[in-house]
Amino acid sequence: MGRKITIEPITRIEGHGKVTVQLDDDGRVVQSRFHVVEFRGFERFVQGHPYWEAPVLVERLCGICPVSHHLAAAKAVDIIAGVGPEGLTPTAEKMRRLMHYGQMFQSHALHFFHLASPDLLFGADADPAIRNVIGVALMHKDLAVQGVLMRKFGQEIILATAGKKIHGTGAIPGGINKNLSPEERDSFLRGPDPLNADKMIAWAQAAVDFFKDFHKKNTGLIDGFAAFPSNHLSLVRKDGALDFYHGALRAVDADGKRILDDVDYRDYLDHIGEEVRSWSYMKFPYLRALGKADGWYRVGPLARLNTCDFIPTPLAQKEFETYRAYTKGKPNNMSLHTHWARLIELLHSGEVIKQLLLDPDLQGSDLVRKGRKAREGVGLVEAPRGTLFHHYRINADDQITMANLIVSTTHNNEPMNRAVSWVAKNVLDRKTEITEGMLNRVEIAIRAYDPCLSCATHALGRMPLEVALVDARGNLISRKER
Amino acid sequence: MSKIKFTVDGKACIGTPGQTIMEAALANGVYIPALCRYEGLKPAGSCRICTVRVGGRPMAACTQPVSEGMAVENMSQELEDMRKALVEMLFVEGNHMCPTCEKSGNCELQALAYRYQMLVPRFPYQFPARSVEPTGGRLLFEYNRCIQCLRCVRSVKTKDGKAVFGPLGRSEKKKIGMDKELASKLSDKDAREAMDRCPVGALLKKEVGFVIPIGKRKFDKTPIGSDVGKTAS
Repeated sequence: MGRKITIEPITRIEGHGKVTVQLDDDGRVVQSRFHVVEFRGFERFVQGHPYWEAPVLVERLCGICPVSHHLAAAKAVDIIAGVGPEGLTPTAEKMRRLMHYGQMFQSHALHFFHLASPDLLFGADADPAIRNVIGVALMHKDLAVQGVLMRKFGQEIILATAGKKIHGTGAIPGGINKNLSPEERDSFLRGPDPLNADKMIAWAQAAVDFFKDFHKKNTGLIDGFAAFPSNHLSLVRKDGALDFYHGALRAVDADGKRILDDVDYRDYLDHIGEEVRSWSYMKFPYLRALGKADGWYRVGPLARLNTCDFIPTPLAQKEFETYRAYTKGKPNNMSLHTHWARLIELLHSGEVIKQLLLDPDLQGSDLVRKGRKAREGVGLVEAPRGTLFHHYRINADDQITMANLIVSTTHNNEPMNRAVSWVAKNVLDRKTEITEGMLNRVEIAIRAYDPCLSCATHALGRMPLEVALVDARGNLISRKER
Repeated sequence: MSKIKFTVDGKACIGTPGQTIMEAALANGVYIPALCRYEGLKPAGSCRICTVRVGGRPMAACTQPVSEGMAVENMSQELEDMRKALVEMLFVEGNHMCPTCEKSGNCELQALAYRYQMLVPRFPYQFPARSVEPTGGRLLFEYNRCIQCLRCVRSVKTKDGKAVFGPLGRSEKKKIGMDKELASKLSDKDAREAMDRCPVGALLKKEVGFVIPIGKRKFDKTPIGSDVGKTAS
């Protein structure tokens, strides 16, 4: 008799997800799915609101990376306010960049140190009581303290640029509502120790070194776990550099062949379609050029370091060269290498923050520009977890009539499903008993892509996880909770 | 001009004939919490936040004239509790989403909620079905946030003195109506002033929003009422 394994819920943040694994009579995995079973409705309830409210309204989608939504929406309403993507004043663009790179810094630190490192340090089968950030703090104090303080530094940057650490108001149509005071700048550049830019860069470099060392000792796990070929999509700067705030779309396939290049993201609808499947509220985006079956792609740190040609800061570029050399210059398709890519981006973000802090444009007073109003705007940024699209249309009275948001988690829907399938086939296949470690491996696969789906585990040290063994007719055979 | 002697919570005050309790109290540096009142506009007495007791009877300080020998009770626990309840009811009666509101930090209703430490809803949310409506000019009317204080009704007028806004309906069906033709004649300055006079985020001037950074908004640093007594002689 076949049976179905359900993992539900696997998360609290950004709603509820679950994993189902269908087994046949011999216990072989027939099918596995990662479902998002929640409906949020932001695209609907933003309708009717004035367009300038979009950046502060839609950022409430997320408490981890609200700055991404804030800035993607702001870039879209810039266009509505008649200011093109490159039309901001230098102060406005650089303040937004500082906000964004501050966010990348804090989010990447959070993701790696708080959420992912417990799995690496203690192993997937370790007792959940120690496999969390508190466990990391007890066993690896320096690492944990650095992780917490790096996140704090990024949050302080966000506070100084957006007015609040979470859900600020900095970016407004056509610009920004404040500059950076010399006092704020100096506090980030010169102290208080250890919260200054140089220390952050040093710690970020140490984090990259830590991962490389871990990789050397655990090559099989890091290279083999949930590795599969895919296409990759991200923004890149016009010259091919890694850029989180602005650029053009580029997509490459698993071998590095370019599928899209130098595409204006305002034309995204010509290049990206969204497929709806009956078993999930989350859509499945695909590259139109390749069709629904083959057009799925990854976004996020792994994808970004596969699409860009170089990183425009010295320390991160050096690490990027080592990283690229590992795959002989070809795209990296190993899921757990996302953490490596993430830490290189962490280092890059620290370097960019310092560069920006030294730029006198941040103390400029020309904050907002205005132009000929448009009825439609598209904004794009590279969020910590990947490419983020915001698209709005308004009526003659400035009210939003249409909103379309494609978030990183949605882009990564198919890849996360593939990763879960990999674990199902390699870990759960032909098993009669489900152990905590097996379940955790499913989450490790998801966690490489989206910490929103793992925050409940490690941030609180206790995961609201329920696993039920159900036979083919839906009868409960056994249940395991923690 | 003759002087009127009165007290507010025992403090000896001097007023002048024709002043309301509110005006006389403010002139003496005494803060009486209020919401629908706006300096220079005829009092409406619509919000009742400024309710005080005189001789044991509740009355609106913004409309009641001050008189000789009045002993006004203002900051008693009972009155402050009642004011808090009024603020709470105004919140549940509309759809007030402070975090995404343009007026947040400059909103008098929100500032009063902070004053009264409104931490949990005591009354059931009504969740009325309301919408954002264009006025036909430079303003949007966000009905979810309107508390019907009548400040716009009393103050937003065309150059020839015609009121742009007016109350429509009765009881729970009451809402502020608008003459879109007149509203379309309002200048940029008129629209800005209308938005500034609205104590909440119901009247929104188009195309601008969130221009004042967090930390520099009116009530970010000083609570509502804290200016009373500093500017008054």
